Amino acid sequence: MKEELETANRPDNTAFTQQRLPAWQPMLSAGIVIPGFVLIGLAFIGIGVALFIASQNITVLEKDYTGVEITSDCYKCSNPSDKNCTCKLDFSLSNLFEGPVFFYYGLSNYFQSQRSYGVSKDDYQLSGDLDYFKTPISACSPYQYDANQNPIVPCGSLANSMFNDTFKLYQIVNGTKKLVPFDGKGIAWWTDYNIKYRNPSVTPLKNAFNGTVKPPFWSKPAYELDTSDPSNNGFVNQDFLVWMRRAALPDFRKLYRRITEGDYASGLPAGNYSLEIGYNYPVLSFGGRKKVVFSNVSWMGGKNQFLGIAYLVVGSLCVVMSTVMLIVYAKFKFPEDD
Amino acid sequence: MGSLLSQLGLECGGKDVREKERHLRANDRELNLSYKYADNAIKTSKYNIFTFLPLNLFEQFQRLANAYFLFLLCLQSIPEVSSLPWYTTVVPLVLVLSMTMAKDSSDDMNRHRCDKQVNNRKVEILIGGDLSLILLYLSLLLQADLLLLSSSEPLNLVYIETAELDGETNLKVKQALTVTGKLEDSIEKLANFNGEVRCEPPNNRLDKFTGTLTLNGETYSLDNERILLRGCTLRNTQWCFGLVVFGGPDTKLMQNCGRTTFKRTSIDRLMNVLVLNIFGFLMIMCLILAIGNGIWEYQEGSKFAAFLPKGVNAPFSAFLTFWSYVIILNTVVPISLYISVEIIRLGNSFYINWDRKMYYPKSDTPAEARTTTLNEELGQIKYIFSDKTGTLTQNIMTFNKCSINGKSYGEPWQKVDFSWNNLADPKFCFHDNSLVEEVREGNPEVQAFFRLLALCHTVMPEEKKEGELYYQAQSPDEGALVTAARNFGFVFRSRTPERITVVEMGELVTYELLAVLDFNNVRKRMSVIVRSPEGKLTLYCKGADTIIFERLNPSCSNLTEVTTEHLNEFAGEGLRTLALAYKDIDPEYMEDWKLRHHEANTAMDEREEKLDALYEEIEKGLQLLGSTAVEDKLQDGVPQTIEQLSKADIKIWVLTGDKQETAENIGYSCNMLRDEMNEVFIVLKHHSTWNSISLVFHEQSFITFLLPIPPHLTLPPPSLSTQAFALEKDMEMELLRTACMCQTVICCRVTPLQKAQVVELVKKYKQAVTLAVGDGANDVSMIKAAHIGVGISGQEGMQAVLSSDYSFAQFRYLQRLLLVHGRWSYLRMCKFLRYFFYKNFTFTFVHFWYGFFCGFSAQTVYDEWFITLYNLVYTALPVLSLSLLDQDVNDWWSFQYPQLYTPGQLNQYFSKRAFVYTVLHSGYSSLVLFFIPWAAMYDTVRDDGKEIVDYQSFALLAQTCLLIAVSIQLGLDTHYWTAVNQFFLWGSLSVYFAVIFTMYSNGMFLTLISSFPFIGTARNSLNQPNVWLTMLLTSILCVLPVVAYRFLRILLWPTINDKVRGRGSTHLSLVRQDKVLPPAPRRVQARRTSTRRSGYAFSHAQGYGDLVTSGKFLRRTPKSRPALFSQTDSPLAQTQPQSYRTISEWEEPPLSP
Repeated sequence: MKEELETANRPDNTAFTQQRLPAWQPMLSAGIVIPGFVLIGLAFIGIGVALFIASQNITVLEKDYTGVEITSDCYKCSNPSDKNCTCKLDFSLSNLFEGPVFFYYGLSNYFQSQRSYGVSKDDYQLSGDLDYFKTPISACSPYQYDANQNPIVPCGSLANSMFNDTFKLYQIVNGTKKLVPFDGKGIAWWTDYNIKYRNPSVTPLKNAFNGTVKPPFWSKPAYELDTSDPSNNGFVNQDFLVWMRRAALPDFRKLYRRITEGDYASGLPAGNYSLEIGYNYPVLSFGGRKKVVFSNVSWMGGKNQFLGIAYLVVGSLCVVMSTVMLIVYAKFKFPEDD
Repeated sequence: MGSLLSQLGLECGGKDVREKERHLRANDRELNLSYKYADNAIKTSKYNIFTFLPLNLFEQFQRLANAYFLFLLCLQSIPEVSSLPWYTTVVPLVLVLSMTMAKDSSDDMNRHRCDKQVNNRKVEILIGGDLSLILLYLSLLLQADLLLLSSSEPLNLVYIETAELDGETNLKVKQALTVTGKLEDSIEKLANFNGEVRCEPPNNRLDKFTGTLTLNGETYSLDNERILLRGCTLRNTQWCFGLVVFGGPDTKLMQNCGRTTFKRTSIDRLMNVLVLNIFGFLMIMCLILAIGNGIWEYQEGSKFAAFLPKGVNAPFSAFLTFWSYVIILNTVVPISLYISVEIIRLGNSFYINWDRKMYYPKSDTPAEARTTTLNEELGQIKYIFSDKTGTLTQNIMTFNKCSINGKSYGEPWQKVDFSWNNLADPKFCFHDNSLVEEVREGNPEVQAFFRLLALCHTVMPEEKKEGELYYQAQSPDEGALVTAARNFGFVFRSRTPERITVVEMGELVTYELLAVLDFNNVRKRMSVIVRSPEGKLTLYCKGADTIIFERLNPSCSNLTEVTTEHLNEFAGEGLRTLALAYKDIDPEYMEDWKLRHHEANTAMDEREEKLDALYEEIEKGLQLLGSTAVEDKLQDGVPQTIEQLSKADIKIWVLTGDKQETAENIGYSCNMLRDEMNEVFIVLKHHSTWNSISLVFHEQSFITFLLPIPPHLTLPPPSLSTQAFALEKDMEMELLRTACMCQTVICCRVTPLQKAQVVELVKKYKQAVTLAVGDGANDVSMIKAAHIGVGISGQEGMQAVLSSDYSFAQFRYLQRLLLVHGRWSYLRMCKFLRYFFYKNFTFTFVHFWYGFFCGFSAQTVYDEWFITLYNLVYTALPVLSLSLLDQDVNDWWSFQYPQLYTPGQLNQYFSKRAFVYTVLHSGYSSLVLFFIPWAAMYDTVRDDGKEIVDYQSFALLAQTCLLIAVSIQLGLDTHYWTAVNQFFLWGSLSVYFAVIFTMYSNGMFLTLISSFPFIGTARNSLNQPNVWLTMLLTSILCVLPVVAYRFLRILLWPTINDKVRGRGSTHLSLVRQDKVLPPAPRRVQARRTSTRRSGYAFSHAQGYGDLVTSGKFLRRTPKSRPALFSQTDSPLAQTQPQSYRTISEWEEPPLSP
């Protein structure tokens, strides 16, 4: 009993309190570092080669149609006051453009990444909340209400500035234009289409928009985006969804259509093509550029040479570094005992 | 009776005007209170229940960091500026505030408790009178400065020990005025006592007191003799009455305590400088981005207005952007930095509390980190200032060895059995049986030796019961010698002014005491002249060997040689030696001498000189008997500790109030001083002589500087009675320069305040981290002055411990505190800071780069939730586990290679340079972490052709890359991978993925649409191989250069740590075996030295030989205590066989009423 009392203040003898926790104490020893560098280097070179080949195999066709040059057919449309202008872009393929082919539009120097641009939308409204149809959030300003204090639906700069050029692709077969069928379904993220954006559960959809006005730049209200297909209308219109997923960088491309049907399911055969462009979207005022891109994909996504080259360079550097370290190690290894 | 000395929380007297004179009257409460003198309460707590919240918040927001975050919060509430939602700042701020609040409240509760304990120490106060009259019992620690009125002892004497004040352990005598002594212990008389005291205002001079007592119209002068100071302990006195003159903060002890200053570590100061620089840096970054925004708005934004209308012009937009970026980039100085630093320090403090190797079982005292904010500084100590008594020594003297008639005794053999002697002290032990045999066989020299020890002293015996002897010695040395004689059969039994009764081998013999030739510092010896029952006259003398040898009869020369050899041996072992000699005196000569002695004694002038001459005359032609060797017992492991610490390049200075000889002796015995060292002594008496002496001093130091052998310096500034001249402005540089040239510095006779001044001096001019260690109240000032104060607990008095930052029971734990805990704490803190700045700079710089791609619009790269949780959740625990558990080498290797300590002293692990390196490293990492994803994602799409370079996916990619990279960097920095580290690191990464999948899930979005707009991002982008390949590439690019650099650095410029770590891992099995063995203790060896060194030391001031011979100095039976005193006898008295030993076995009496 007395013994116990006397040692009442003795600290506990646990590995933690005595700082004796069992531990692994790795060292940057030559036996680990040098082989490690070699292994990483070799692995990187391997990955790099695979990436490089994959990227090389992707075909990309990019055409600018802003109409800056006078020679371009779209030059005539570059005046923003010219409404409903169409122009065309001809190109030819010497080989089969392997499918499935993805058709993108691309914008440059376009700052979707601007903070005030990005926040200028109303997620509640876009999820079909009718309260926010009447009073959109203030972040949408100046596209919150129109001059008559009618709420704008969908509100905000982001929605208002939706890309509205239209494209039709024809293959010129024996002088006649053959329409290449576009697939506009499933070009947006599944989550955007099914969860994030909802139309209000009002039928017909038009009624939900009573008392609201369309965004000023839009030619038709949201409920008329695709009158043929209710599942592609309103806020769940695929083009709208693609636009609303704002880009991180000022140069970006967005998926417009897929070419997956009919004769073109396996790709675009060699030949001459004509792209008919409904030129509506003004970009020249801020020095922007518009382009169309045909591309197929691989396991690593779209064409990007950088990743493969970077892997190759880093892998090679690792191998070089391991040699340097080996030499230094052989020369300067400090004796174990001194 | 027994009421509380003071009431808690009473305001101390506000003294706007400086007090010129103190005036009080006994038993007149009204008058005394009218002066508003400080009462005896000491208040250290800060809050009470009601003031806590407002005061604490007010204090917290006074901290720059918290105020800054409040400012950020205000910025965020402006919609034009707000670039982050409110919760990114509020969540961390509330967390930090509440944690600090919890800590402050627990601290203050502790302080309340301590105050209560200190203020509620009980003394008895006379009722009917007022607070001023106090009754004290034996062994009580005084709690106020008292004017002594009366005592239980004859002549109204009081014995006190002042170890708490000046470190001296010998008893001192104070005497009350005769007029007050008449009050005795009569309650009635005391209650009617109405003396009026006028005295000096409170001051810090321990040795001086001036005042007057007016009683019944007569005025008596009061001096220091009448005053008992707070911190003294009553010894050998049953009780005494006193009048409180100074209380609480006015007491001389408290006035000597120095200011309490808030201590900050050097890392703290560096951190403040860095934080200011970082703010500057932040402003520059924001400015660049704001200018960028202005240009962008001018060139692009205005034209982009079709899609993004702007209400403001470019300059104003730039202005707003500046503030927006201030919000976003504030993560360079995240608020969690401060809270993490506090947690780390707290954790490392707990390790100190928990360390069993710093737990002292004998007193059941664990080490205690009383301040939790100084840990890392323990790893940077350059100077240690140590007290001597009670810190290096145990303050126990033991009779260890002796040399008698040319034969040395006391080699450790086996414990001697003293059971044949029924008067022996059971606590005494000796290890050489041959000496006992010689005594019992009747060897005349040996018997004479012990007879001398039994006769030549000024010890007072006390025999409470038959055969139970208690010696009350003025110095512990004397007590040890008399006790030795007692055990060897020469028992000093009792004394009267004329007689000394000794039991010699069982026979009662009474000697007539003819004269006591008292000890003083100049004579360095004392003698007695006694007449034996046979009528033989003998002079017995003991003293410093050098003094005694000068006075020996030439016939002793052979014996002298042998004894000298023995003395050298003893001195080499650090024992305190005295030489013993005797002389038979011719009775006729004695008659004559006695007559002249009487004349000299009564001479009106030059009495001292005449007496000295007489003593000199008779102490001649002595016969050498031998020498004694008393061990001033060091605490266990002191020499080893000092050696270890000096190997770690820590300089140890001993500051003591004790005498030069004593201090030096200890210096030798604990290996600080060695025989090969050159000695520089400076003796100073007066201020005026300082200049000339300093010249000599300077020359000497110059000479010693040229010598290859490092010198040591014993520095006795003026004795206690003078002010700190040595530390005056013009001389301090001189002093410091010389002192720092020496390897060892011992300062003797320093007052508590001078101790602090020495510490301040070093702090001021050396820019080094200092540590002061002490156990008594006299060390409080230096403990407070030093960067770190360490209190040795378990000894009497808690004053030092209470004002210390760390406390433990034994000096030797200091090496573990510094070499293990300090080193680890410093290492961990530095690793933490480096890593923390790295991870936050990297985090922030990515925003900076993204500014160029978002029109400088203060768009964040990461998800807002990631920004909120990055420091609080994703990286908090791994870095905490790193900074709480990491060890580069274990404690065993830390002791084996004390040199491992030096990087801390040189600030090598975290400095401005290391910081710049960290910033550059982060810059590189952030470039990799932004531009690799940028390039890898540029114009690419998912493998099903859909979007992947959208803002949300890019944010996810960037934040995941960042988190993985900083996690791997953490892994690289971790040297000690425990399960906890693994768990936290992998756990945090898993939590991150769990959190993003949860936050980006349908359910969360549908619950709170506006807060979780990132729905689906994780699912849609983390299934892409190129996303993962990008993460791999960024991680490898961030980490491999660091690995390569470190590997090459270890090879090309290995530090001691690298070598030890290398050895540690290659000899792991060996370490396991050796672990059980402590580092081989160095046997302190007896060194044969060519230059003879005297081991003489005696902690004996001018003795009270006069009192011994004065007729009144007879122990009369203690007066019976009046019945109203509940305590009739101190229970401690029975448990103390020898009063001079009580120090170590002392415990506070129970406080219960």
